[in-house]
Amino acid sequence: MPEVKLIKRFIETENGHRLREFESAGGYGSLRKIIGEGWDAQQVIDILKASNLRGLGGAGFPTGLKWSFVPKDIEGPKYLVVNADESEPGTFKDRHIISGAPHLLIEGAVIAAFCIEAEDIYIYIRGEYYEPARIMEQAIEEAAEAGYIGEDFLGSGHTVRVHLHRGAGAYICGEETALLSSLEGGKGWPKLKPPFPAIKGLFGKPTIVNNVETLSQVPIILDKGAEYFASLGIERNGGTRLFGVSGHVKRTGIYELPLGTPMKELIYEHCGGIRNDRKLKAVIPGGSSCPVLTAEQAASINMDFDSLAGIGSMLGSGGLIVMDETTDLVQILWRICRFYAFESCGQCTPCREGTGWMTRIMERIAKGEGTVQDIDDLKEVAEQIMGNTVCPLGDAAALPVVSFLSKFRADFEAQVGPRRVHAGAVVTQAEAEEN
Amino acid sequence: MSEERKMVKVTIDGNQYEVPAGTTILEAAKSVGIEIPHYCYHPGLSIAGACRMCLIEVEKVPKLQIACYMTVGDEMVIYTTNERVKRARKAMLEFHLVNHPLDCPVCDQAGECGLQNYYMLHGLYISRVRENKVKKGKKATQIGPHVMLDQERCILCSRCVRFCNEIPKTSELGMFNRGDREVVDIFPGRELNNPYSANVINLCPVGALLSKEFRFKTRVWYLETVKSVCMRCSRACNILIDYNIRRPWKNDGRRLSRLRPRYNAQVNDWWICDEGRFGFDFVDAADRLTVPLSAAGGAQAHSGWEAALETAAARLRQAASEIGDVAVLVSPRLANEALYLLKRVLAEQLPGTSVAFSSLNEHEPTQDDILRKADKNPNTTGAEFLSLTTANAEVKDHAYLLQTAKKGNLSALIVIAHNPVGLPELYGRGWSEALDKVPFKVFIGTNENETSRKADVVLPLAAFAEYDGTVTNFAGRVQLLRRAFDPLGEALAGWELLRRLGNALGGEYDFGSAGEVFDELAQKEDKFAGLSYGDIGELGVKVNG
Ligand SMILES: Cc1cc2nc3c(=O)[nH]c(=O)nc-3n(C[C@H](O)[C@H](O)[C@H](O)COP(=O)(O)O)c2cc1C
Ligand code: SF4
Ligand code: SF4
Ligand code: SF4
Ligand code: FES
Repeated sequence: MPEVKLIKRFIETENGHRLREFESAGGYGSLRKIIGEGWDAQQVIDILKASNLRGLGGAGFPTGLKWSFVPKDIEGPKYLVVNADESEPGTFKDRHIISGAPHLLIEGAVIAAFCIEAEDIYIYIRGEYYEPARIMEQAIEEAAEAGYIGEDFLGSGHTVRVHLHRGAGAYICGEETALLSSLEGGKGWPKLKPPFPAIKGLFGKPTIVNNVETLSQVPIILDKGAEYFASLGIERNGGTRLFGVSGHVKRTGIYELPLGTPMKELIYEHCGGIRNDRKLKAVIPGGSSCPVLTAEQAASINMDFDSLAGIGSMLGSGGLIVMDETTDLVQILWRICRFYAFESCGQCTPCREGTGWMTRIMERIAKGEGTVQDIDDLKEVAEQIMGNTVCPLGDAAALPVVSFLSKFRADFEAQVGPRRVHAGAVVTQAEAEEN
Repeated sequence: MSEERKMVKVTIDGNQYEVPAGTTILEAAKSVGIEIPHYCYHPGLSIAGACRMCLIEVEKVPKLQIACYMTVGDEMVIYTTNERVKRARKAMLEFHLVNHPLDCPVCDQAGECGLQNYYMLHGLYISRVRENKVKKGKKATQIGPHVMLDQERCILCSRCVRFCNEIPKTSELGMFNRGDREVVDIFPGRELNNPYSANVINLCPVGALLSKEFRFKTRVWYLETVKSVCMRCSRACNILIDYNIRRPWKNDGRRLSRLRPRYNAQVNDWWICDEGRFGFDFVDAADRLTVPLSAAGGAQAHSGWEAALETAAARLRQAASEIGDVAVLVSPRLANEALYLLKRVLAEQLPGTSVAFSSLNEHEPTQDDILRKADKNPNTTGAEFLSLTTANAEVKDHAYLLQTAKKGNLSALIVIAHNPVGLPELYGRGWSEALDKVPFKVFIGTNENETSRKADVVLPLAAFAEYDGTVTNFAGRVQLLRRAFDPLGEALAGWELLRRLGNALGGEYDFGSAGEVFDELAQKEDKFAGLSYGDIGELGVKVNG
């Protein structure tokens, strides 16, 4: 099946990041429609619910349902926050939307703000995304000049202001409550839930946090209709998403495919298969925190939220990391552990202390100084982090450890003891240069 | 608390209880006698939910929940000690210790440390940490006048940070860096010097924040404790007095080791101010008056109680018969019992004595809307209830007394726990010369001062922590002062001293304890009607008046 380019069509439009080109491609049509025809919020929410759009930031929560949690008819401000912090290793889709189709995001965000009666939209963008942030800034200016945002935008009688906020380089600020703490000017620490942001979010006010890609799908759904979008995917998993594939495939990149597409098709057809036609060893299906899949699992799984949950993994952010048979999984897991230990916000004890501890055990194993006991200890440490932390970063750090150790224990056992034995095939010099 | 609260039925560890709706599981369990371990939770601070020590299982909820945050629901079934909870608890403790240094032998917190205590209760495992510990910067670093910080010992519970943010609202402390490199530190250019700073020492569950004053003075297991109240201002915060009398070779023989806050929702919540906490040096100071002194015609010299009281009584009686007034300068530092006996003895044995009252003393009148009151005396309200303050038109003030003395119109003067000569800026100038014109002067007090040195008879008074009694705080709450140890030397509790003086003056005052004095006081003095010493209790009682 070829790609279904709902979002990619805009990204691939030449100069699609500029207002004129975006409008020529049909952009801002949905916003014009709902304002011009005097829609109310419920109509939009009903369409989103029918479309089976799910949050594409990682958790996969149904978007229409989420918006409906915002209390109506209450005093005081509400906020829409766009999560553009994209920092999970293996994830690189949102930057393409921001850089290639920033107006699509603005259009979706304004519709969301309209639906939840928010007058302020905060776009929290990853600090390292300097160029995307400049493009976004320009788009915001263009949208304001053209009257798509601002006071009485499109003569709607409503006001919406868009603020771009650059993060300072912390992965944890992608977690929605940490993001809100950071926006409030505090340390990027997640908050205890409940209350959820929809009830008590930014500055204590009702707030919806949505991922860039999620919001970018909204105008498309309103344009093409809920039925069409839902029919692309499978039950409860509507539409397409941008899969970002990295690692040992022939053609890495972003592929827009319907949910439910077999992973095999993505890897072997769209990405051209494994580099040097080697054997597949493992796939991390949705960003580095998702439990790793074996080659057998990868061969039979479909890429939607429910199928992956069904085998104990996650679709996450849709960023696949593909690893061939030469991959040293010990090194990979050590690297993953280092990442989460470095990024743990430090607020809660099991994650703060456990991520560092796991990293140091992994380091020992990777250096050939580990024992079988270390493997068991490592797994138990991970299990005691899991589910016991303030925010899901603890789980994100523990899940890879548990899944690598249960599915590829032999690779680890081969490297403990006094001698270090390489698990996979040896990479030749020529191959190393080629890749 | 006064409004009716809905009750819910919960089952905790197999037993059914009724607890108020809306309380946290941790508080609900505590109210029925079940302790759930916790570090970051403190009832006086916002909830952090960070240490995860309080994880418990709630039936039908897949993940373990933190008891400090989750509130009870009707028909909730809670497990606080099943295998799953115990395993998690042990694991959380282990996480706390991964990077904790092996400092116990040199750590002042040892013996009252949250890590030691929970290890004994919930840990007891063999360490499997073979890794090096993360090094952190500051060890034994002074971050304010009273507080020493050791970042390696810190378990990052954030209690200290929340305290500074929420109670004094001064925000000197913050959490810096992240992951296992995270540390608690003082913000650059700041000092932990708010008036309540030392409360963080008690809040800190471990040896990361220690008292500069108390550190290394005495191991805590050598201390004994009594419950008392602070006498440094008219709030009379509830405190614990920690003292050491069995090992006099420690801490230069100082008996009073430290004061700690004691919870009383009606008075001070969980806190005390630094002035009160550290304001007890005078108790074991070298200038304590330990024996009666008499200056019959020359320098002050040691005299026995009997001789001193006889001299005082004879000279006071003589003065009363001469031209000029006998006067007494009363201090609200005296407890209710001493004030009451003073009043009785004067009325019965030296009628016509002019009473003067002053609430001045050497302490700065600091105040705020947290605890500190500008009146730095513990018992001004008690004195007022006994009609011994200038609220009573017959009672004069210190200025009047000074003028009268200057004119040579005083034949005798008793000064109790005041130092007008030493503090001319407060009490007015010329006290020294004025006192020279008073033929007979008695000084009653705890420590030697400029005024005591001019007295003909000096009667040593027991200090704070040396006697039992009661004081009445600014809001009319009568609370117990408790004796931790005997008065130094021959000093006497105020009531006992005045009882003996009264007897020397010819009366018959036969009380065996402060309680007996108080019970008579309660019968005779309207304001205290209905109270009895035995009913006051640890948290005090409010007078009806
Ligand atoms: C550690 C952590 C990091 C996260 N990082 C991101 C991120 O970079 N971008 C994002 O959109 N969501 C991220 N999320 C998910 C958000 O918390 C939140 O679920 C999401 O923004 C909701 O938007 P959606 O409903 O549109 O998916 C992260 C979650 C966790 C626990
Ligand atoms: S789980 Fe980790 S990142 Fe999340 S709050 Fe706890 S320490 Fe911070
Ligand atoms: S210094 Fe003490 S109170 Fe402060 S965070 Fe550390 S352990 Fe907690
Ligand atoms: S506020 Fe007053 S009573 Fe309380 S500790 Fe300070 S000085 Fe003592
Ligand atoms: S006491 Fe509940 S998390 Fe610390």
